[in-house]
Amino acid sequence: MRVYLAVIALLAAVHSEELFNGDHVLRVHAESEDHIQILKELERDVNSGLDFWTHAVSTERPVDIRVPHSSLNAVKLFLKKSNIPFTVMINNVQELLVREREEMVHNAEMERKTKSFNFAAYHDLETIYKFMDTLVDKHSNLISKERIGSTFENRPMYVLKFSTGGEKKPAIWIDAGIHAREWISHATAVWLANRIATDFEKNRALVPSILGHVDIYLMIVANPDGYVFTHHSPNTHYRLWRKSRSVTSNPKCPGVDLNRNWDAHFGGPGASDDPCAEDYRGPSVQSEIEVKNIADFIMSHGNFKSFMTLHSYKQLLMYPYGYSGTDAPDKPELHDVATQASKALNSWHGTVYKVGSIFHTIEPASGASADWAYLRGIKYSFAFELRDTGKYGFLLPADQIVSTATETWLALKYIMKHVCDHPY
Amino acid sequence: MASTGDLEPTHYPARRAATVALHYLNTHHGSPFRVFGLQQVHKASAEDVAAGGRKYKLDFSVTDWASGSEGPALRCSADVLFPQTERHSGPEVQLRCEALQQINRTAQEEHAFYQRYISPDSAVSARDIPDSYGNVSEEMQPFWRLARVAASFIMLRESSERTEFNMAQVASVAQQGSSEEQLMLEFVVLLHDFPSQEIIQWKLLASWSPDRGVRVLQTEWQPRCPHATKPPN
Repeated sequence: MRVYLAVIALLAAVHSEELFNGDHVLRVHAESEDHIQILKELERDVNSGLDFWTHAVSTERPVDIRVPHSSLNAVKLFLKKSNIPFTVMINNVQELLVREREEMVHNAEMERKTKSFNFAAYHDLETIYKFMDTLVDKHSNLISKERIGSTFENRPMYVLKFSTGGEKKPAIWIDAGIHAREWISHATAVWLANRIATDFEKNRALVPSILGHVDIYLMIVANPDGYVFTHHSPNTHYRLWRKSRSVTSNPKCPGVDLNRNWDAHFGGPGASDDPCAEDYRGPSVQSEIEVKNIADFIMSHGNFKSFMTLHSYKQLLMYPYGYSGTDAPDKPELHDVATQASKALNSWHGTVYKVGSIFHTIEPASGASADWAYLRGIKYSFAFELRDTGKYGFLLPADQIVSTATETWLALKYIMKHVCDHPY
Repeated sequence: MASTGDLEPTHYPARRAATVALHYLNTHHGSPFRVFGLQQVHKASAEDVAAGGRKYKLDFSVTDWASGSEGPALRCSADVLFPQTERHSGPEVQLRCEALQQINRTAQEEHAFYQRYISPDSAVSARDIPDSYGNVSEEMQPFWRLARVAASFIMLRESSERTEFNMAQVASVAQQGSSEEQLMLEFVVLLHDFPSQEIIQWKLLASWSPDRGVRVLQTEWQPRCPHATKPPN
């Protein structure tokens, strides 16, 4: 007992530090009732300068104590003399606090950046790419950014991966902006990225369980060169550009329709072999680097279960085939899923979508990405044509972005849940 | 590609024919304060006709895009004939819509608009309606609708079973001197054809007054900007 009192006196004498530099946190393992009593005494002494993070209650639970640097040797000696085992849990509290504070400031900054990001506006490529980095930074436990290749004009192509971990989990693919002028698709995808992240963080219905089953890969801009071109000037030649910006056999007519260039009955109906045409399929299948990058990525991953591509306009939710009017083998199920998804979409704002195969609903279209995915065994393959039905068309006002994205999210969630509930 | 007999209303053959009927409706009943959009096709059928064309029978609904967020739907029925001729000739349409006569609430706005712009000094001119971000100023809304009505004459005339036109944007509007008490407007409009995804540019001269409605006096197809294939660097 005298040793104990002497130690307390010593501790009281040296304790005056406000900073935590060099402070340790010791994890103490009481092995008997005696130990517990000793620790309780120690804690009761407010002059000791010891900061009990957890309390001595039983031998079952360790006691964590922050020990000021100046008292460290005395305390360690005391514990050794009392035969109370301990380990060093944190060997520099100040360092840890500095790191934590840095992280907090950083997170607040990211929070501010993503909160202040205007989802109700159209942004250029650079801004979208910056937003992606901010989002990844803020949700680094959930989201990572992968570069899957470059475009014709050498811009990076990025996909965001939403994953709670695990090896080669089944995955869902969503892309937007394969047609440059369909700005509402990029804007919707930006909103979606943020929404998936915040739904996960706030543990909102469906997202945590969906991400428990699958990874989500979201490519916000599938045609970066085209998108940059549409921002070049208000001149409609730029704003209404659809294709990529690759050089073709006709120097006056660059660009390929990236959604006619896939290995899915390439060269069939609904695609042109004239470089000046808006639906020019390209000189050969997968000739476009943008298409090749995505196709290679998905094939080498090898475990995608759903492929969804966002376009505008017309308000349609479609499934394969585009190249032929024959029913796809899974048509009944796909039609049913699409119908239910469109009802979920409609529940938000009353927006009406029509449902059907690409071939019958829009027109024959060969070399399309949704067909490619389906023919590769990715059963749940869908193509969206977002708002509106023609009043604004490609030039949808920004004040419709958030409601469009929200209703689309309801449809996507329905489909994703179905994918999770029907593994194959 | 023959579609004969009963047609699936959500599939494109029915929708394309209904779009033609819509263009016809707008040429006859569109104004700076009234322009219709297709809402839904309820029933559709098609049959070959003796002269070698194809005739569609349609039951569909339209809404007035001018009346804020989704005005009431108007039920229409139409016969649309796509003739089979050597040179393209426009489709022939017979159209009946319920309660069309009852929509005359816009008379006051039309007269105010007319009075404002019929004066000899008036020289309205604007570009890119909507702009890249979908904005249309309050002042330009009636001109936007007028352009769509005028463009409907072209869209109707140019339609076939292989097209589905919509006006994508008004590239420019320039008021010309009034003539015979008609507002005279020169438009350059961009039409979007859904099957081919092409953007087709037309210059046109249209007149309008509350009494005479929209008339299209001249149209001229325009090649798309050839000089802008490469952005100036």
